[in-house]
Amino acid sequence: MKTTERLHIRPGAANLEKFSATLQELASHDRQVVVVCSDSRGSGKLVPFGKQFPEQLVEVGIAEQNLVGIAAGLASCGKNVFAVSPACFLTARSFEQIKNDVAYSDNPVNLIGISAGVSYGALGSTHHSLHDFAALRAVNNLTIVAPADNYETEMAIRQAADLASPVYLRFGKKAMPFLSDTPDFRLGKGRTIRAGTDAVILATGETVYPSLLAAIRLEQQYQWQVGVISMHTIKPLDEDLLEEVGKKYPAVLTVEEHSIYGGLGEACAAFFMQRGHTPRFKIMGIPDEYTVTGSQKEIFEHYGISESGIAGALVHLLH
Amino acid sequence: MTDKQLQLKSLELRKKTLQYIKQAGAGHTGGSLSCLDILHVLYRDVLRVGPENFHDPDRDRYIQSKGHSVEALYVVLADNGFFPFSELDTLCRYQSHFIGHPTRKVPGIEQNTGALGHGLPLSVGTALAGKMDQKPYRVFTLLGDGELLEGSNWEAAMAAAHYQLDNLTAILDYNKLQITGPVEEVLHSGPLPEKWKAFGWEVREVDGHDIGALRKALHSVPFVKGKPSFLIAHTLKGKGVSFMENTLKWHHGVPSDEEYLLAIKELEDQQKALLV
Ligand SMILES: Cc1ncc(C[n+]2csc(CCOP(=O)(O)OP(=O)(O)O)c2C)c(N)n1
Repeated sequence: MKTTERLHIRPGAANLEKFSATLQELASHDRQVVVVCSDSRGSGKLVPFGKQFPEQLVEVGIAEQNLVGIAAGLASCGKNVFAVSPACFLTARSFEQIKNDVAYSDNPVNLIGISAGVSYGALGSTHHSLHDFAALRAVNNLTIVAPADNYETEMAIRQAADLASPVYLRFGKKAMPFLSDTPDFRLGKGRTIRAGTDAVILATGETVYPSLLAAIRLEQQYQWQVGVISMHTIKPLDEDLLEEVGKKYPAVLTVEEHSIYGGLGEACAAFFMQRGHTPRFKIMGIPDEYTVTGSQKEIFEHYGISESGIAGALVHLLH
Repeated sequence: MTDKQLQLKSLELRKKTLQYIKQAGAGHTGGSLSCLDILHVLYRDVLRVGPENFHDPDRDRYIQSKGHSVEALYVVLADNGFFPFSELDTLCRYQSHFIGHPTRKVPGIEQNTGALGHGLPLSVGTALAGKMDQKPYRVFTLLGDGELLEGSNWEAAMAAAHYQLDNLTAILDYNKLQITGPVEEVLHSGPLPEKWKAFGWEVREVDGHDIGALRKALHSVPFVKGKPSFLIAHTLKGKGVSFMENTLKWHHGVPSDEEYLLAIKELEDQQKALLV
């Protein structure tokens, strides 16, 4: 029997699908909801949205800088704007528009980075976003979120829509199972997926799932109790939760679909260091090299972002 | 090579393009088929570059700005001896250099592209360096019509005219489609000839699938001394396969087994027709 079946982990859709369904639902009772696209409607699964609400979708063509500038202008006039584009282009090409027109000018745009991380696999590094947490963490006035499953995605979209300040939300296009049945999602608050004592994995986005599988494997193999927390909000960091983690766990592993530089791992490391917590600590992510070529799955496995890779890293950390 | 020989070869390369896309299970089919004749003519007849002089600082440069049409480029580079066709069996596989966009790890490729709107600025810099050092080389780049919506193209267009880069030729793969729909419906961007003229370029138009006309046009650059050249090549997305032509889903559609056989048959029929 597969681990997932034993655990009754419910299968889910791609977070991307949940995102577009949620947006359609929001738009059906709020005419202020506006989607802005840059030839990204199909990849954003927003073709049905465009058909149902043609007045609420603005197409700017392949022009991501313009996308974010226009979104900021719309938001300044009270529109609840979702600017949707592949995370790679949205956060690299339009970085200055995000910094100045969205964050600095405090126009509450919801920046939606689709096919984030290495979701585009063999399309290569032009299409990967392994820099987005790092770049955007250094921009003031921006909430940064990477939901793990469909539930987190829906809640993140709904809470971002209600937030009066700018948000960057990124997710992938692979189907993700539901990781917990506890309806406790709040932006800015990490979500405990599994309690533990021996060590904890702080993961984000699509890496929470393999982290959970690794924790289960370690219990089966060594009777270790490894906690798993979905740190869906990279910024602001849930400092209360991290304070508890720092006090409770002797070992902390962070996992993210991002460069090992400047993302969740380094944010946590800085927090622990400055609060005087010194757990054994390791950051897993994509190392600082030309990323190996292949599908998302192959890239994950190459860098150990898999059930066995994460379990192995924890064994190493605890020995 | 005669025009007819090139035409026949183009059909062969179309088949190979489809073969490797089919094998990889991924690829930008429509845009590759629309620019294939242009690339084929460039490498066989125009560019002063080949595997033997690829590291010569005086070589002509080709920078593919619409990087997603990389399968056509791979096939043309293999045909020109930069690497054996067999290497394309690894297309999009784990640890292969042959990924879904051009990278310099592949012999013959000048720049890593794939994010649209980068090729023209890169080409302006390359051409400008040639002018600074009084080099004989020329620079060619291929742009998509959807790609022209990126503002960086227009910044580069002004710079090229300002620096009188007559060693620079931009070719537009004018197939009138992007991903979401026809370019003119997604975002009105014309009239293109007038716009490029107004930006200080010398503009010509050509049928992007007429080998003879392409040869003639590309041999006459610079169109005017002291100005960058802009060649609008009217093309068909998916050219050569009836059910792929001018059809949105083939932007990155991969043929099923049945569609693949049909497509190859159509291309073979065209080869036969040319031979009689
Ligand atoms: C900066 C950037 N934004 C978006 C994309 C995604 N994308 C790839 S191809 C494409 C459409 C390109 O249309 P066009 O330039 O007309 O190319 P063609 O139709 O010839 O394939 C888009 C939007 C990209 N590669 N780069």
